[in-house]
Amino acid sequence: MHEEMMIAGFGGQGVLLIGQLIAQTALVEDKNVLWMPAYGPETRGGFANCTVMVSDSDIYSPVTSEPTSMIVMNLPSLNKFERSVKEGGFLFVNKSLVNRDVFRNDIDSICVPVTEIARDLGNVKAANMVALGGFIAKKPIVEFKTLIDCLPKVFKGTKEKLIPFNKEALLKGAEYVKGM
Amino acid sequence: MGEKILMKGNEAIGEAAISAGCRCFFGYPITPQSELPAFLAKKMPLVGGVFLQAESEIAAINMVYGAASAGVRVMTSSSSPGISLKQEGISYIAGAELPVLICNVQRAGPGLGTIQPSQSDYFQAVKGGGHGDYRLIVLSPSSVQEVIDLIRLGFDLADKYKTPAMFLAEGMLGQLMEPVDLGDYKPNIPDKPWALTGCKGREKNIVTSLWIDPEELERHNLELQKKYAKIKENEQRWEEFKFDDEAEYLIVAHGTMARIAKSAVIKAREEGIKTGLIRPISLWPYPEKAFANLKNIKKILVVEMSMGQMVEDVRLSVNGRVPVEFFGRAGGMFPTVNQILGKLREIK
Amino acid sequence: MEKIFGMPKSLTAKPFSFCAGCTHGIIHRLVAEVIDELGIKESAIGVGSVGCSVFSYEFFDVDMASASHGRAPAVATGIKRARPNNIVFTYQGDGDLAAIGTAEIVHAAARSEKITVIFVNNAIYGMTGGQMAPTTVLGQKTETTPYGRTVENQGYPVKMSEMLSALDGSNFIERVTVVTPAYVNKAKAAIKKAFQYQIEGKGFNLVEVLSTCPSCWGMPPLKAMDWLKENMLPVFPLGVYKDNGNK
Repeated sequence: MHEEMMIAGFGGQGVLLIGQLIAQTALVEDKNVLWMPAYGPETRGGFANCTVMVSDSDIYSPVTSEPTSMIVMNLPSLNKFERSVKEGGFLFVNKSLVNRDVFRNDIDSICVPVTEIARDLGNVKAANMVALGGFIAKKPIVEFKTLIDCLPKVFKGTKEKLIPFNKEALLKGAEYVKGM
Repeated sequence: MGEKILMKGNEAIGEAAISAGCRCFFGYPITPQSELPAFLAKKMPLVGGVFLQAESEIAAINMVYGAASAGVRVMTSSSSPGISLKQEGISYIAGAELPVLICNVQRAGPGLGTIQPSQSDYFQAVKGGGHGDYRLIVLSPSSVQEVIDLIRLGFDLADKYKTPAMFLAEGMLGQLMEPVDLGDYKPNIPDKPWALTGCKGREKNIVTSLWIDPEELERHNLELQKKYAKIKENEQRWEEFKFDDEAEYLIVAHGTMARIAKSAVIKAREEGIKTGLIRPISLWPYPEKAFANLKNIKKILVVEMSMGQMVEDVRLSVNGRVPVEFFGRAGGMFPTVNQILGKLREIK
Repeated sequence: MEKIFGMPKSLTAKPFSFCAGCTHGIIHRLVAEVIDELGIKESAIGVGSVGCSVFSYEFFDVDMASASHGRAPAVATGIKRARPNNIVFTYQGDGDLAAIGTAEIVHAAARSEKITVIFVNNAIYGMTGGQMAPTTVLGQKTETTPYGRTVENQGYPVKMSEMLSALDGSNFIERVTVVTPAYVNKAKAAIKKAFQYQIEGKGFNLVEVLSTCPSCWGMPPLKAMDWLKENMLPVFPLGVYKDNGNK
């Protein structure tokens, strides 16, 4: 198993955070892992993205031009990165903020209204967790259970109280995708 | 073996420095290493150490000179333009034979350039930078674990040879998060009888780089050269990757560039181009010994995130035995796996 | 017979290399006497600078570092922060402190660094052969102001004691001179105070000493002392500019 995953969206949507959660989970599962945020001009103008690599073997190049899977949380990210997904790869789209279909037909894709689901749950900020829950349900690069167990690794100190709600969001995302 | 934890490169520099007994840090803000001073500003007071944000890079390196004179493990860090400003101080530190560690988390130049990763400070780091006949020990990390290992080694080598060492990373590594094992590490800091501690019970000590008499200064230079020769003999470090009996082509790359090149080596092998790789870890002393046996090698390809700097040291090490080709990109762009593959196919 | 006068212990036996009539020798001696009298020879660490004071590490018999041009306050900061229990001082000229090293001295003062600075102001660059200093007075002729310093060309001399005393971080700032025995005694008292404050844990402390440079001013030593009184005292008035200890 060698996954080169990319997560992209607006700054503030928590794309770096869910990337770190996958990385922490993969580490607990004793896999090789790497997390890298885009920095520099790409991080200006309110966009954020990160790369997460999870592998059973050594990870060499920290950058990839062909991600094997991807979560896009908004339209600009889809426009920018759709073409780069590796043939046969998997693309997860936040339908709430993307008003078009996926063009690529040589990849597996799924569109889920994660922002709306999070709003219904009570906090739009948890859209990232809904997306991650849905993504992992479809593409289990880490175990769902370990993912939940690892929430305390990214919500520490005063943020600890956010764990139950984010757990709920992860479960809701997974449940939605399984029901599709 | 301790527990593995995820850590960002910039934080790993700080964590490793503290574990190596570094208790003084002087620096000035610059992207893309600002997370390191922020980390140390938080951590140093907790371990009884000193964190001071100086008024300039120039002041910072001179504070480093002062603290090193006083006999403590001390570090500064910056990125390319700031490292240029420190060069005068680094020359004085080399002249006065002080052990210090300087981190350069490189960005692309020349001038203000951009904040994206680069390897274009290679010449400045290994060929001098400041004035005078001096050398820096230069270490180039390729993973976050190696950040930890080389920061510790940098302090040790600086102390062992009483000379400044530079930790030369690319901006990318500072941002990257990977599992690290901090291990059960205890620093081994030697006695420093030459340090300025107050002359109680002994003759006074002097820390200076001034030798006004030309004969004395020449003697001082000869002593420095003897020391550098010893470092050159003992401290060459490199990694070999698939550089086996089958290899016909050899890529040479350092730092994060070498990781991208390793992915290219694997793809090249898949399509039958028998490629191996040398990754210099010490950039000075340059690992000339790694190039001792090239008898099966048809061509060498040097790949850099610059317009071609380390390639000169490869050519010196190879000394005409094998043709040496170069591929590099600049400005914060870096050669991709496919581009390296393309270049391999081209030179084959 | 009892010996009542001799070399201060904090000076080495090495003869000064200063020009005849230069007052650096007096100032070195005063610093050494103060170190002896305060009993801090074994804990003192001095930082020399670049200029005529560059050899100070050979003359003071205490641990010494030599700094690059202008950076002595930064080097002293590094030493003091690493070894807070030592008494750290710099010895700097006007080119070093008031031109190339302006940033370092201003920020050392702003940070209240617990160091003592001996600032020797002779209104000229002596070591390099008599060029204009930041403290060269209007009308003064030097190698690089052959027609005299003018406001139009070179602007006004920099008054460091006034400037630094305006910073909240400075604790003690006094300007003195050494051109008469009475002035020498006052200078020594000021230098002693500047060290005493550091011993008490207070900073930043600076004594500016107006000094002569007969060689570069192009006049005999005695005339140089008169020239200083006539031309420097009106521009650089003597006195205490800051003394938080007396509040």
